[in-house]
Amino acid sequence: MKKTILIVLLIAIAMMSAGLVSAAGGGYPKSPANVDVDDKASLQRGAKVFTDYCLSCHSAKFVRFNRVADDLGMSEAQVMDNLNHLGVKFGDTMQATMTDAYAKEAFGAVPPDLSLVARSRGVDWLYTYLTGFYEDKAKTTGHNNVIFKDVGMPNVFWKQEGVKKAVYEEHDGEKVLVGMEVVEQGSMAPEEFDTMIRDLVAFLSYIGEPNQSYRKSLGYGVLIFLIVLLGFSYALKKEFWKDVH
Amino acid sequence: MGQKVNDLMGWVDARFPMTKMWEEHLSKYYAPKNFNFWYFFGSLAMLVLVIQIVSGIFLAMFYKPDTALAFQSVEMNIMRDVEWGWLIRYLHSTGASAFFIVVYMHMFRGLIYGSYKKPRELVWIFGVLIFLALMAEGFMGYLLPWGQMSFWGAQVIINLVSAIPFIGGELSEWVRGDYVIGDATLNRFFSLHIVAIPLILLGLIVAHIIALHEVGSNNPDGVEIKKNKDENGIPKDGIPFHPYYSVKDIVGVVVFLIFFSIVVFFLPEMFGYFLEHANFEPANPLKTPEHIAPVWYFTPYYSILRAVPSIAGSAFPGVIAMGAAIVVLFFLPWLDRNPVKSIRYRAGWYKILIALFVVSFIILGILGTLSPTDGRTLLAQVCTIYYFAFFFLMPFYTKLEKNKPVPERVTMK
Repeated sequence: MKKTILIVLLIAIAMMSAGLVSAAGGGYPKSPANVDVDDKASLQRGAKVFTDYCLSCHSAKFVRFNRVADDLGMSEAQVMDNLNHLGVKFGDTMQATMTDAYAKEAFGAVPPDLSLVARSRGVDWLYTYLTGFYEDKAKTTGHNNVIFKDVGMPNVFWKQEGVKKAVYEEHDGEKVLVGMEVVEQGSMAPEEFDTMIRDLVAFLSYIGEPNQSYRKSLGYGVLIFLIVLLGFSYALKKEFWKDVH
Repeated sequence: MGQKVNDLMGWVDARFPMTKMWEEHLSKYYAPKNFNFWYFFGSLAMLVLVIQIVSGIFLAMFYKPDTALAFQSVEMNIMRDVEWGWLIRYLHSTGASAFFIVVYMHMFRGLIYGSYKKPRELVWIFGVLIFLALMAEGFMGYLLPWGQMSFWGAQVIINLVSAIPFIGGELSEWVRGDYVIGDATLNRFFSLHIVAIPLILLGLIVAHIIALHEVGSNNPDGVEIKKNKDENGIPKDGIPFHPYYSVKDIVGVVVFLIFFSIVVFFLPEMFGYFLEHANFEPANPLKTPEHIAPVWYFTPYYSILRAVPSIAGSAFPGVIAMGAAIVVLFFLPWLDRNPVKSIRYRAGWYKILIALFVVSFIILGILGTLSPTDGRTLLAQVCTIYYFAFFFLMPFYTKLEKNKPVPERVTMK
């Protein structure tokens, strides 16, 4: 009886608190990126997009070319010819093509380093961001973004993706951004563009933590070992404790 | 061979109390035979301490306490270039959170079974001191990766010092070694984190264990096993710590390591609670993050701080409340006036009070990770009031309890 009262009381408190605690934050919903960092073909394509587009302005200064070659199953020649546009040494890290001084002049700030962007922002945010540009004539770049309002970065994929316009809905008298619609087709089919962005996000996730695949595969081995050890240690405890009553 | 080992032990024992210490603390330390689940967390805390010391030694070989290099030394050198550096770093970052989980469970065990009561007051007080040292250790360690949350979390906490009237401003400068958190702060936090506080922690842990072994362990029944001894002077309900509890604790260690490994290998960020997302950006004193939250193990106390309204624009009352929330723990042995130790033989409504205390503490912890709204602040205030009422009213309500009869000997349920 007492236990029942206690449980009812605790559930009541939990429910009252949950409402206050969970009150969800607003903002544009993130779409799932669904990337696979074990898919080497996807990572290789993403690496190409990353070095062709992103590295023009951004750096990835914690990422070494030789490490990318090793992890993605590429040869030194493949990496040096296709990814290393500045022609730095094989063991060097990814620098931006643009100098910091030029970036300050052109954009007013140095674009952030992207080595860890997948860890600070999350892959879903990145996917939503990269597919979230829409036309906004009021901006100097000509574009705005659903999840990063008034972002300074121009929409580098506008040729491939085409032109999109924001769709608004009225909620309690307020204009809320709910989605986008294509008004002009780009050079890529929508599925093709989507795959390219997912490849890019997969690569960003990989450089955020190059060890992540190995970490998980090692983890399974460690857990199997510990579960076997648990069996033995429990048997040992049973044996020692059989006389204790 | 056996004879030679005995000769060697005799030689050592004539010069150092090796066998005597082994017997006093392990093979002839009689612990009650009825320890349950809650009694694993003491030895687990020792295990986590060892994990932290060993992983910390290796991290210190590669870490650079310099504001220009710290972030890179962690996120590039240790996480990418150093062989197994990522594993050592995750062991250390997961170990920090694991330490607090284990210690909170260990303290809760003490609370429900009355392990702080006579004659174990000093065991409890040393324990609270360990908890304080651990908080300082965690706070200073969190600055070292020099990420955004490292910097701004430390900024928020050190600014609390400046809320102290009259001396606050100068005191906070003295703590920082500068007008802002900078290289001087990082260097001193590194020194304190890897030398000073670990030394204090080790000393306190030795004191905690010596005090415990002097008075003997409590147990889930709260029965003093030393009151019932056999003809050899051995407690009837006692069993030697080694081998009984050493083999039992191995099982606990393996179960703990399974959970620990799941985090280290599959969820090292633990959804942003063990490693906060904003900390993957280097510290930038010019860019305040949208939302600053301390690491999860400080959030109950952070909530108490925020729940107390400021007076004349000064957060000092909140600072006092936060400090009092920890200091009150020292007085627990004298606040609780009920002679019965274990919750098993205390009033049913006391169990409800403890359950509500746990609920309040967890709610405060969750609220501390969120940005405040009017409703949340009110909830935090209710929980804060309950937190203090639980302790401050203890001398009164513990006298009103109707206890159940306490058995003479321990039970094996």
